Amino acid sequence: MYPKDYRYTKEHEWIKVDGANGTIGVTHYAQHELGDVVFVEMPKVGAQLKARQSFGTIESVKAVSEIFSPVAGEVIETNPALADAPELINKDPHGGAWLIKVRLADRKEASALMDAAAYEAYIAGQAKEHSA
Amino acid sequence: MVNFGGWDMPLEYSGILAEHEAVRTRAGLFDVSHMGEIEIRGPGALGLVQLVSCNNAAKLALGQAHYSGLMTSRGTFVDDLLVHKISDTHYMLCVNAGNQDQDYQHIVEHNKFDAQVENAGPRYCQLAIQGPRAKDILQRLTPVALDSIRYYHFTFGKASGVDCLIARTGYTGEDGFEIYFAPEHAAKLWGDLMQAGGPAGMLPCGLGARNTLRLEAGMCLYGHEIDDTTTPWEAGLGWICKMEKAPFLGSDVLAQQKRDGLTRKLVGFEMLDKRIGRDGYPVLIGGKEVGRVTSGGPAPFLRKNIGMAYVPPEFSTVGMDIVIGIRGQGETARIVALPFYKRPQ
Repeated sequence: MYPKDYRYTKEHEWIKVDGANGTIGVTHYAQHELGDVVFVEMPKVGAQLKARQSFGTIESVKAVSEIFSPVAGEVIETNPALADAPELINKDPHGGAWLIKVRLADRKEASALMDAAAYEAYIAGQAKEHSA
Repeated sequence: MVNFGGWDMPLEYSGILAEHEAVRTRAGLFDVSHMGEIEIRGPGALGLVQLVSCNNAAKLALGQAHYSGLMTSRGTFVDDLLVHKISDTHYMLCVNAGNQDQDYQHIVEHNKFDAQVENAGPRYCQLAIQGPRAKDILQRLTPVALDSIRYYHFTFGKASGVDCLIARTGYTGEDGFEIYFAPEHAAKLWGDLMQAGGPAGMLPCGLGARNTLRLEAGMCLYGHEIDDTTTPWEAGLGWICKMEKAPFLGSDVLAQQKRDGLTRKLVGFEMLDKRIGRDGYPVLIGGKEVGRVTSGGPAPFLRKNIGMAYVPPEFSTVGMDIVIGIRGQGETARIVALPFYKRPQ
């Protein structure tokens, strides 16, 4: 379910590092919690993001949620497919529904985030809290 | 699952959009057993109903129901409800889950008619089957000729062999039925209805779709559009407020407000851009807050973002533009007529 080569945040974003750049999206867990996504608000290309800074919002039918950058960097691309098809976030959160690409301020920063195993353990704990 | 008025209820089964679409085009089944029931019996029953509610229950025929408000002495809402006339001396009120106990207390406090008032919620479960195919699906399980039940009327009969009160009412803007019965039959009736409705494309629906459907149909939700600070005039519910039957609780205040004019009115709006004005967001005129969004969100069937809000009367005209404050930014919304959605006749 959760790609082994991605890193994950407690706010349910993922980042895939590819050399100097990173691709950022939200996780399957996040899309499931959000429900049907109807609108995504993106940052401008060129925006400078700090780690854990809010860079946009995802609106689902029932709620609006902020999206936080897992790392520091400059936005170099936003996913054009999401403007007309925000529901991609529900269908393909780890692939086609990536949100932004950033030029990393620090190539090593993402390695401090959770790996897939740690994230899966983390969301298992969250699910328990929910049902309690 | 979410906690709603003390009940654990599913927000969605397959997804709010899919469930909403099913109700508008086929059918949906809602477990609304959380809704409260209060029964009023005896020769004084009508007098009590007339005192505490604003619609005119004296006009109800046997087997007829109407939408009404349970009023405070200030002319505001304790709750909104459906009043069913079972006989000249027996009325069944369907009220909101979260208000049931205070509704009961309120009615008992004003019972100078020696009527019997029963907090009957625990004796009932309720299922709502809604949508253009609801009648045909339910008809497969009941000998009652559903065509003979007119809108906002009800009858007693069996469904799936279970004794039911079958009412042609709903909270979705579609044709459909709300069925009241004893709790021990709930699992059977749910299962049989799902089986009968499956081939017709019926989906089980949660609270999420219940809210988007009622919002699209421009219906009020207690705690949002109406509460104990809002009057029927302000909420656009003058049609359930029958001054000719006065006095009733709050009728003097309501008469006064009608003479004095309103300081705010409930309006419907559509967002002109893609951002969504949601519950609690401010309505701004000239940068100043003049009201709040009471309910707002996507209208899945209309494919627009809609909402309702209280605004001063001078800004309540259909076609006017208002500004909704969305996370620190103003977004334009246009005032439109309610309801947003009306089913094809």
